[in-house]
Amino acid sequence: MVWDWLPEYAPRFVEGFWITIQLLAMSVCFGMLLAVPIGLVQVTGPRPLAWLARGFCTSIRGTPLLIQLWLIYYGLGSVFPSFPEIRQSFLWPYLREAFPYAVFAFTMSVAAYSGEVMRGAFQGVPKGELEAARAVGMGSFKMLYRIWLPRALQNVFPTLAGEIVLTLKATPLAATITVYDVFGVGTIVRQETYRVYEPLLLVAAIYIFLTIIIVLFMRYLENRIPTPAR
Amino acid sequence: MAASSKKPAAKSGGSKPSSGAGKSDQGKSLLPEAVQVSDLHKSFGSLEVLKGVSMTAREGDVVSMIGSSGSGKSTFLRCINLLEKPSKGEISIGGEAFRFKRGPGNELEPADKKQVQRLRSSLGMVFQNFNLWQHMTVLENVMEAPVQVLGLTKAEARDQAKEILERVGMADKHDAYPGFLSGGQQQRAAIARALAMEPKVMLFDEPTSALDPELVGEVLKVIRSLAEEGRTMILVTHEMKFARDVSSHVMYLHQGMVEEEGPPKKVFYEPVSERCREFVKSIH
Repeated sequence: MVWDWLPEYAPRFVEGFWITIQLLAMSVCFGMLLAVPIGLVQVTGPRPLAWLARGFCTSIRGTPLLIQLWLIYYGLGSVFPSFPEIRQSFLWPYLREAFPYAVFAFTMSVAAYSGEVMRGAFQGVPKGELEAARAVGMGSFKMLYRIWLPRALQNVFPTLAGEIVLTLKATPLAATITVYDVFGVGTIVRQETYRVYEPLLLVAAIYIFLTIIIVLFMRYLENRIPTPAR
Repeated sequence: MAASSKKPAAKSGGSKPSSGAGKSDQGKSLLPEAVQVSDLHKSFGSLEVLKGVSMTAREGDVVSMIGSSGSGKSTFLRCINLLEKPSKGEISIGGEAFRFKRGPGNELEPADKKQVQRLRSSLGMVFQNFNLWQHMTVLENVMEAPVQVLGLTKAEARDQAKEILERVGMADKHDAYPGFLSGGQQQRAAIARALAMEPKVMLFDEPTSALDPELVGEVLKVIRSLAEEGRTMILVTHEMKFARDVSSHVMYLHQGMVEEEGPPKKVFYEPVSERCREFVKSIH
């Protein structure tokens, strides 16, 4: 094994590492913000919104993420420049980059998968606890954010942790649209040094490290509320 | 049985004279009505569960509803705070009637959500399955509604919650999560949660039916103490002896109608209805 290339490329790996983290963090945050209403409307209605949410989940979950990513980047990304309004807007410096398209694609993915999880989670909260909330005079919104949502999240914490890890491991796809995340940097190293295995091993080690961090963090959050063994 | 006539008389005797027949709730009372329900109907689809039930509970009254499963007594109780929407009828809490409108399917809908929330917050509900919020400690469960609905500060709510938990004998369980408690402890915490709203009326929906037999006593003790301090309560129960001892008025429901009602002495010992006689005979 030859690691002499490492000092030269280390700064780029650090950059790539942050890109990966940012991509993951933004996708998970925005994705979860969407997942909550997507899950909720499927339980509460109204019907048209429930159908829309279900259709969204089905189509996102039913197609490869790589295809979605390419459709968004090569599709939207090539449509946008043809509108002068967009080219001249303050957003253009961002929309010229690949990164926002990657965030968008992964956000949709998280929204769809976690939306399904949240649907089950909302359904799984015992009706009685919601009745108790209504019986003390809580309005629908207060009941949602004080009782229903926290209770739902509590039930699916391990599943959501799994979704986040899966999303992390999907982020290398972003390298196919010129986002230089950790994996992308690894590819550069391979191309420039003709070393095949060492960069891949390093990249794999970084993903394992990140996975362990995520799992430990989610376990910490989960254990803040003890649940009796059933 | 001395206890049967003594208890309710002792409870209401201070404020309203009870007649010799023990019909304190039937005479003209000066106390205002805490809950009044008239001609309540409720159907689930084509099944009519309540066929016109009326009830008046004046302040300080303890009204027990008994009857076999499916008689509609729980549904009736759940209609009082609109956890079930009645199909027809009127409900007033402390003299204020719930305002209804007709929904798209011609069923009754509450016309004013704010009113519903306000009136609900004056009714303390205790459920058969406790329904404590599992993601909060006992203390947080009791503090939640006063903070979120009544707008108390956390400090006020915490002091009040501790005091109430002390009263129901749960002072040592503040920081426990409901899932780690016995059924009896959970139900006492749930009673504390309801009391924290300082409700005008307490509604109990079979509060001991989900408990192991050895835990029933501790919960009944708490409910009894509430009755003795003169709280207005409506109680759906299968505990006949308890109903006989704490109630000022008992209603026996059968197939969605009031088959027999009156003071406990009358319903349990001199019922007119043959069916009621059969139902309450376990008490003798």
